[in-house]
Amino acid sequence: MAIGVTTTPEKSKPSGSIINDPQVRGIFYQVITVIILVAVVYWIADNTIENLKRANIASGYGFLNGRAGFDVGQSLIAYTSDSTYGRALVVGFFNTLLVAITGIITATIIGFIVGIGRLSHNWLIAKLSLAYVEVFRNIPPLLVIFFWYSGVLAVLPQPRESAALPLNIFLNNRGIAFPKPVFGDGSQYVLYAFVIAVIASFLVAHHARIKQEATGQRFPLLWTVLGLVIGLPLLAFLATGSPITFDVPVAGKFNLTGGSVIGPEFLSLFLALSFYTAAFIAEIVRAGIRGVSKGQTEAAHALGVRPGLTTRLVVVPQAMRIIIPPLTSQYLNLTKNSSLAIAIGYADLVAVGGTILNQTGQAIEVVSIWIIVYLSLSLTTSLLMNWFNARMALVER
Amino acid sequence: MARSILTALVGAAVMGIGAHAASAATLDDVKAKGFVQCGVNTGLAGFAAPDASGNWSGFDVDYCKAIAAAIFADGTKVKYTPTSAKERFPALQSGEVDVLARNTTWTINRDTALGFNFRPVNYYDGQGFMVRKGLNVKSALELSGAAVCVQTGTTTELNLADYFKANNLQYNPVVFEKLEEVNAAYDAGRCDVYTTDQSGLYSLRLTLSKPDDHMILPEIISKEPLGPAVRQGDDQWFDIVSWVHYALIQAEEFGVTQANIEEMKKSTNPDVQRFLGVEADSKIGTDLGLTNEWAVNIIKAVGNYGEVFDRNIGAGSPLKIERGLNALWSKGGIQYAPPVR
Repeated sequence: MAIGVTTTPEKSKPSGSIINDPQVRGIFYQVITVIILVAVVYWIADNTIENLKRANIASGYGFLNGRAGFDVGQSLIAYTSDSTYGRALVVGFFNTLLVAITGIITATIIGFIVGIGRLSHNWLIAKLSLAYVEVFRNIPPLLVIFFWYSGVLAVLPQPRESAALPLNIFLNNRGIAFPKPVFGDGSQYVLYAFVIAVIASFLVAHHARIKQEATGQRFPLLWTVLGLVIGLPLLAFLATGSPITFDVPVAGKFNLTGGSVIGPEFLSLFLALSFYTAAFIAEIVRAGIRGVSKGQTEAAHALGVRPGLTTRLVVVPQAMRIIIPPLTSQYLNLTKNSSLAIAIGYADLVAVGGTILNQTGQAIEVVSIWIIVYLSLSLTTSLLMNWFNARMALVER
Repeated sequence: MARSILTALVGAAVMGIGAHAASAATLDDVKAKGFVQCGVNTGLAGFAAPDASGNWSGFDVDYCKAIAAAIFADGTKVKYTPTSAKERFPALQSGEVDVLARNTTWTINRDTALGFNFRPVNYYDGQGFMVRKGLNVKSALELSGAAVCVQTGTTTELNLADYFKANNLQYNPVVFEKLEEVNAAYDAGRCDVYTTDQSGLYSLRLTLSKPDDHMILPEIISKEPLGPAVRQGDDQWFDIVSWVHYALIQAEEFGVTQANIEEMKKSTNPDVQRFLGVEADSKIGTDLGLTNEWAVNIIKAVGNYGEVFDRNIGAGSPLKIERGLNALWSKGGIQYAPPVR
């Protein structure tokens, strides 16, 4: 606060004492507040260190290099009980990230469908959407999670009576088991082919847009891209002699063995967060669409644009400007709600951190890591959404 | 606005300073507030569980009552704090509870890095496995590939990982924070195996929907000495909690029971006289910071160790756990009290 107190000569000074000068008082309060804030923070930190010392409790972050000694049910990276506590936290972090990202994507899709559905002229669709929103919006997220978890456990069969789905996919109360691809020699060419196909698709799309803007002729983009992305890797696959095989789940002593499994904990958390957050997103979408002037729709209709295209090309792009900022909060909520995973035993950051907290007894350190990670996750999400918002903002010509 | 923030800040600071001075002698605090704050399990039949009207009973609960009786001559002067496996240690560290009687395993880490003190072991336990009879499993070594339900933040979780690794077995851990959640998941068939201390398995089996469909495997894979824990740095309180246990053992050894306590006070055996504080010029309780009647009060409130055991988890309870290692040293077990002298 480098505001000079004596730099306002042209202002007529009040005849009273300096105590009544609003500027002096303003600075005074600010200085006092800062002093007290610093004192309180210092006092809390000092007191904590003092108390920890007196209670003979170990402190510091050295424990992160210690052997964890416990196993984690689901892990995206290699992890055994011989790994460190630090790595266990990373496992939890990735699990949080996984459920947050997949949840955000699904919640957005469901939310947009339901939100637009609420505005439908079809009575049944509108009422169904309304019921969906009111049911999920008015239940605490923890209950939704329990609902899905007990639902998943109660409805699905025991492992020995697994329900067999097409493509060697099996469903039981241990989750969904599906064939795991095993990449043999030469399978990298399939990957190269796929990458080339994606790049080619972008080039084709770019070319198609330029062509349409220049001549008005439309190019069958969808089919071309599909053909490229599926056809090119398939050709490579056949040309290199089918190097990719599948590890199919088979019945073992306790459960299916082999293949990949998505556990019921992830499934129920993912479904619960998606459905719960989607109800809020639906309302945001509805508000956003309602916020677009009716004249825009009428103008589009007057030009002969079909209703579906009107929504997609005229209404939604304008509605997005209203939708994105509150959407960010919902994404943040979903990420933070994922910590409710602890209730159903999904190994997210909080669950794994809680185990570490208990095994090492270092509560303050673990809690500080939780805070930092969630703060960083939320700030990153906000940054991305702000960038997206800036891109979607009205560009005046 | 600025003023209200200021007021709030000053208020918070004053409250914080008040908290700084807490944690002097635990016995004085307990006497001042008039009850013992006891950390117990959230609900483990036989060890600590509330009944329909909210009255706690169980093996660990009787230890809380015995401590209260030793101090106040009244076993009801206890307040219970139910804690999950994860919550129990911060609760004791922060001073929220005075003593933790919550089937807690004594380990070197908890004794040192966590800042606790353990001494008496009131139950010698070991970790076991429970499975459905329908799986036709006869030994823990046949469990490769199984999904195992376990409570987080326990020594059990660590022993499990070590045992399966040492025996080259695969497993899929299904981990919950609360005991009730583990029970529900095992009962619903989420996992094939339930592992915890063997005493706990006997207790939990009773709560399953079909207890007879489940069996406990013979293997004991760990040592789990369970006992009350207190904070480091208060030797007097540590002594009281330790000697409450030794008094229970000693009473069983002398044959002093809830029923015959008044009679035994007239005993001519000098050891018994000294123990019950009726010896002339006795300082047997005052040196602990209690009254000389402390052992008498404990036995009046809960009986001796054998009575506590039988009533809650032994022959006189639905659990029917054998005394085994928990028999007196003179009867083939390892429960042993230092001399009261």
